[in-house]
Amino acid sequence: MPMNILEVQDVSIRYNGTLALDKINFSVEQGDLLGIVGPNGAGKTTLFRAILGLQNYQGKIKLFGYEGNQYTQLLPMVGYVPQKVNFEPNFPATVSDVLSMGMLPEKELVRITRLLQDQGCYWNRICKPSSKYTEKINEALKIVGLESFKDRRIGEISGGEQQRAFIAKALVNEPLLLILDEPVTGVDVEVQNRFYALLRRINKENKITIVWASHDLSAISQLANKVACINRNLFFHGEKNEFFTNRDLLKTYAESAMQLHMHDHDM
Amino acid sequence: MVLDIFTYGFMQRALITGIAIAVICSLVGLFLVLRRYSLFGDALAHMAFGGIAVGLFLNVYPLWSAFVVSILSALGITKLRKTTKISGDAAVAVLLSSGLAVGVLLVSASKGFTVDLFSFLFGSILLTSMEDTLLITGISAGIVATVIMLRKQLLYITFDEEQAKVSGLPIDKLNYVFMILASVTVITSMRLVGILLISALIVLPNVTSMMIGKGFKKTVIISISLSVAAVVSGIIISYYLNLAPSGTIVMVSVSMFLGTLLARSMGLFSSKTIHQENNSIQRSY
Repeated sequence: MPMNILEVQDVSIRYNGTLALDKINFSVEQGDLLGIVGPNGAGKTTLFRAILGLQNYQGKIKLFGYEGNQYTQLLPMVGYVPQKVNFEPNFPATVSDVLSMGMLPEKELVRITRLLQDQGCYWNRICKPSSKYTEKINEALKIVGLESFKDRRIGEISGGEQQRAFIAKALVNEPLLLILDEPVTGVDVEVQNRFYALLRRINKENKITIVWASHDLSAISQLANKVACINRNLFFHGEKNEFFTNRDLLKTYAESAMQLHMHDHDM
Repeated sequence: MVLDIFTYGFMQRALITGIAIAVICSLVGLFLVLRRYSLFGDALAHMAFGGIAVGLFLNVYPLWSAFVVSILSALGITKLRKTTKISGDAAVAVLLSSGLAVGVLLVSASKGFTVDLFSFLFGSILLTSMEDTLLITGISAGIVATVIMLRKQLLYITFDEEQAKVSGLPIDKLNYVFMILASVTVITSMRLVGILLISALIVLPNVTSMMIGKGFKKTVIISISLSVAAVVSGIIISYYLNLAPSGTIVMVSVSMFLGTLLARSMGLFSSKTIHQENNSIQRSY
């Protein structure tokens, strides 16, 4: 039986007094590419922040089978790309400076990898363990097609390129789980398609588990193997085909999305 | 003939302490500027003014009382910001005015130490004693060593605190360490330009170097070089033209900033426009 990378059990979150998430339960298996759908303000980002330890919650979340202290220790193995990284536009850091931030020393990486292998996790590393810092950075930039941008200032490149740089930053620590929060919102179709190809590749070749929030149902129908539908409650979690063949569910998703768009978002 | 000023002991001490202060101010200042804490140095210096007045009032070496008061208030304000969500500029204003108020209050209560206070307000680099020189260079070496040791962590929390937290960095501890570094830097540097001009040393070389340097390392090196150049040339110019060293140093820094701004507007460092053009062409993923 495949290993559970992430287990979310009865998680509720209050956000500024209102209930943002209500008793969410689901798990992510090793190798999954889980598409999370839900309207704006449905609580997707809040859920991600809870998983990353940035948001208090009620309930239980297990990461790679661990809780508590070990959970926190293993967080660097989660690559996270937020919807928008807020940084000072004049920040004097090149793309490769940004990638080097938070890079784990190889020794630490080996130690954490052992902890994960004890739990039965496996994945193919992007770089050889013997690689130097700069080789790792180059390799991660190559994957997202930004090799020639490594000495450019992060604030000077376009939004799409920045987003790719942050994906490379998430990959440079050899993550076992990648959490992407609508990473290609607002970029053109060609860029999106290349991004989708990248997701498929790292999921298939490197066996990296991916949790990916998106509004693009057609992309999710092509890429994901599982779907979770969230709008404060978990409406659905299961195989992709089940979701896309269930007309009622699609209708509910569309309706709840409409309702929330009509009222002003409550978060 | 020009070099004869280097033979005076007070000038040697002034230059050595000046260089040490230039290095730490620009180094710690870069992180302050990038965190939008540019005026924090000013606030800490005003707080230190209160501390100095307390020291003079109680007959304690004023630098020590300034250290204690500034570090405590820096840590206090960090905690206050975290728990009450007071905005950064408001916190700076509270700190700045309460420090000055304590100082003024104590000065008016005992009318004996106006001369000493004047040197703290506007600096007295030419009066640096041998002990001061040793103390200031020693403290500066400690600050530089700490920043070099923590450079990656400090860079990361400055760039994106939340991501740094996810990566497992002890954010709270690092913030406190950084605040202590900033306080020590400010108080050590008051000797050079005084309380009222301290922000210039912290901010100017950094905003100038951020226009020139691309990567972080280069920006740091450029900023330190500009800062040292401004301090050394400021001290020398002030000696020959018989001007106040603090004002001269700051004006040299200001002219470096304006010169760079001018050079950039003439297209000397403006790789940005070229890059923007490139961006529209290479939108390939």
